[in-house]
Amino acid sequence: MSSHTILPTKTYLVIFLLLMALLGFTVGVAFLDLGRFNLPAAMAIAVVKAVLIVMFFMHVKYASRLTWVFAAAGFFWLAIMLIFTMTDYVSRG
Amino acid sequence: MSDTATVHAHQFESLEQQKEADVLGMWTFLATEVLFFGGLIMCYTFARLHFPQAFEAASHRLYVGYGGPNTAILLCSSFTMALAVRAAQLGRQKALVRFLIATIVFGLGFLVVKGFEYHTDYVEELVPRFHFHWEGDQAGHAEIFFWLYFVLTGLHAVHVTIGVIILSVVAVLAARGKLSGEKHITAEITGLYWHFVDIVWVFLFPLLYLIGHR
Amino acid sequence: MKAATAENYLSEHSVSSWLLTTDHKRIGILYLLSIIVYFAIAAVAAALMRIELLTPPADLVSAETYNKLFTLHGVLMVWFFLIPSIPAVLGNFVIPMMIGARDVAFPKLNLLSWYLFNIGGLCALYAVVWGGVDTGWTFYTPYSTTYANGHVVTMIMGVFIAGFGSILTGLNFIITIHKMRAPGMTWFRLPLFIWSLYATSLILVLATPVLAITLLAISVERLWGVGIFDPTLGGDPVLFQHMFWFYSHPAVYIMILPGMGVISELITCFSRKKIFGYHFVAFSSLAIAVIGFVVWGHHMFVSSQSVYAGMVFSILSFIVAVPSAIKVFNWTATLYKGSVAFDTPMLYALGFIGLFTIGGLTGLFLAAIAVDIHLHDTYFVIAHFHYIMVGGMVLSFMGGLHYWWPKITGRLYPEAMGRLAAMITFIGFNLTFFPQFLLGYLGQPRRYHAYPEEFQIFHVLSTAGASILGVGYLLPLLYFVWSLKYGKKAPANPWQATGLEWQTPSPPPRDNFDEIPIVTEDPYEYPAEAEAPPQPEPQHV
Repeated sequence: MSSHTILPTKTYLVIFLLLMALLGFTVGVAFLDLGRFNLPAAMAIAVVKAVLIVMFFMHVKYASRLTWVFAAAGFFWLAIMLIFTMTDYVSRG
Repeated sequence: MSDTATVHAHQFESLEQQKEADVLGMWTFLATEVLFFGGLIMCYTFARLHFPQAFEAASHRLYVGYGGPNTAILLCSSFTMALAVRAAQLGRQKALVRFLIATIVFGLGFLVVKGFEYHTDYVEELVPRFHFHWEGDQAGHAEIFFWLYFVLTGLHAVHVTIGVIILSVVAVLAARGKLSGEKHITAEITGLYWHFVDIVWVFLFPLLYLIGHR
Repeated sequence: MKAATAENYLSEHSVSSWLLTTDHKRIGILYLLSIIVYFAIAAVAAALMRIELLTPPADLVSAETYNKLFTLHGVLMVWFFLIPSIPAVLGNFVIPMMIGARDVAFPKLNLLSWYLFNIGGLCALYAVVWGGVDTGWTFYTPYSTTYANGHVVTMIMGVFIAGFGSILTGLNFIITIHKMRAPGMTWFRLPLFIWSLYATSLILVLATPVLAITLLAISVERLWGVGIFDPTLGGDPVLFQHMFWFYSHPAVYIMILPGMGVISELITCFSRKKIFGYHFVAFSSLAIAVIGFVVWGHHMFVSSQSVYAGMVFSILSFIVAVPSAIKVFNWTATLYKGSVAFDTPMLYALGFIGLFTIGGLTGLFLAAIAVDIHLHDTYFVIAHFHYIMVGGMVLSFMGGLHYWWPKITGRLYPEAMGRLAAMITFIGFNLTFFPQFLLGYLGQPRRYHAYPEEFQIFHVLSTAGASILGVGYLLPLLYFVWSLKYGKKAPANPWQATGLEWQTPSPPPRDNFDEIPIVTEDPYEYPAEAEAPPQPEPQHV
């Protein structure tokens, strides 16, 4: 259970530095013209950052499966809302 | 370690059960927050799909010089928050208080930068309806972008403010020794909330500031 | 055996012991009192509408007033009666006891939810008193954001605040059911009421926030003068409908799932038989909750939504009917060769099965796009959802209230009166709403207060039915209150039912159990082929 896992400070430091590097990466990519891949690229980096925060800062990597499910549920449901609504907009004649 | 720190609330059978319930309860609340912000992301998705050029042009009027550092500030705050939780888990009250204060400072820093940024947005006539001026066509679409920008970042700023208030209360409790022993869970669930607020911004930053390329 | 004057959760009488309680049982009662008030106000609005509709011309109220009446009726009934009713009243009271716990996981949040609920309610009522809102409970844009006069934002804020109350209730139930089951109470030993409320809580937690942000967005748009739903800027009013119905369709499952949970309890107890297909019923509850999230577009077939999206929503709407049907089949199979007793709760349960089936089937008519084109926004839709909401949900709420009344109050209600009221309700209900199917089929639009002459007979029948229905609602109010003082004292288990809640005294002590029970049996272990145990004698008034 997450309340029992105590991570070393070094782990948090490494994750933090990774996050800052990814931030630099995000900004850097924004100055490149990737056409319609700018959005997926930016989102992919954001997702990696979010996953790092969730797994390490929020301890989900060390938590029970139930916690994983609870953590994922909100995002999964958001995906349902986005996907189903967009099926309307992208398929209008 | 005081006696009250080890006695669980009357509805539970054990402290372990209470801690698990508290953590899962906070995760459930965070799921509701994902859907709360998610509704605005739904609006954003609709609008960006329909007005790609206006959104790109509007996005370029935002300053990465504000948004970038603000993202860095929040990432720092998540770092200090994680260290605060760690201190709580190890029973180090003084370190806990110090890291909480650091997190609060970063949080306030974010809000201060945001304040300056909103002022700049106002001066540059990017506030829909009240003070909005847009050269070129698709002014309506650009206005929608800025509506989303203000509502999203405004709602986020409200959450940061609430977070700062909660952190302050927790810091005071910790300073008074009320969070020792098994009560480290309070710091943990506060941390979950704070990290979530950070994650929201991690997505808002590219979605609002980095549309297309610069 | 404990003396009749033993300490129980009702013993303390002070005002603060009620207003500051964290006891789930008291909070259930607080909610009961609140929803009765909102129900009464909404019922008065309905009565005024039905009186207006007795005659074809618009001669009782102005068009604007009529619009305000149906808005008031919808807002109060949906958010301040139907959504909280079974979960916040019966769920709060029964869930901890059914799973062998002393309270819910977060008792203080439970109390907070009741306060949020009523602050929201007062806000909504204030909007009504201050002048009213005429947008309909669905608040469609751009009318609600741009053109409506009235106190739209105040009313919306009322719903917004109350919504947080319902999120807290759902959150509490999810954690309680996951973490506080008694030893031996595995998931598949849980009563089906718990499964239903768990599924309901998932919807409460995942759908309500989307409503909250949607209401916030239209409030901002209304106050600020600009917004994403504004077509003059390029925004889309239909986007509002997507977001609104993303919540509001699952919301109807928030309303009916708990009702189904009650029916599962009643059918087993009053057939003295284990439920047929326990696992199917349990998984059906989850299936309804999940599939219910992807059918919302069936409210939007004529909104300019893409035909292809419409087809997807249509087929999913057919699929979502399947788990509901499975439940109806399983209840019916439970009745078969059961030892059926026709006590009041069972009368309501049997009524539910028939009326919910009609409501559900007529939903399928509406799920067929081609048919819906004609029936959308007619009285057919109104009849459909009232069959489910009143014929289904209200009947199950009444059934559950009668069933658990002895446990909640320690008193028996008068059984003969109970049966009479159930039958009056059933007759009144059908007379009110069946003609509305015909009205809709013949083309009468909803939300109109004037209509052509040839529809009058149906409206007259409907209004007559409504008066009878009103009597059916009033009688329990009277005899329940009567029973508090004059009702026979209830034993711990008046119905000889299975379930942990019946192992406690009536009314239960503050912490429910002296010792947390250890569960070793499956639920509904009624003795096979048992002779029915002696029923409590009907109370003669």
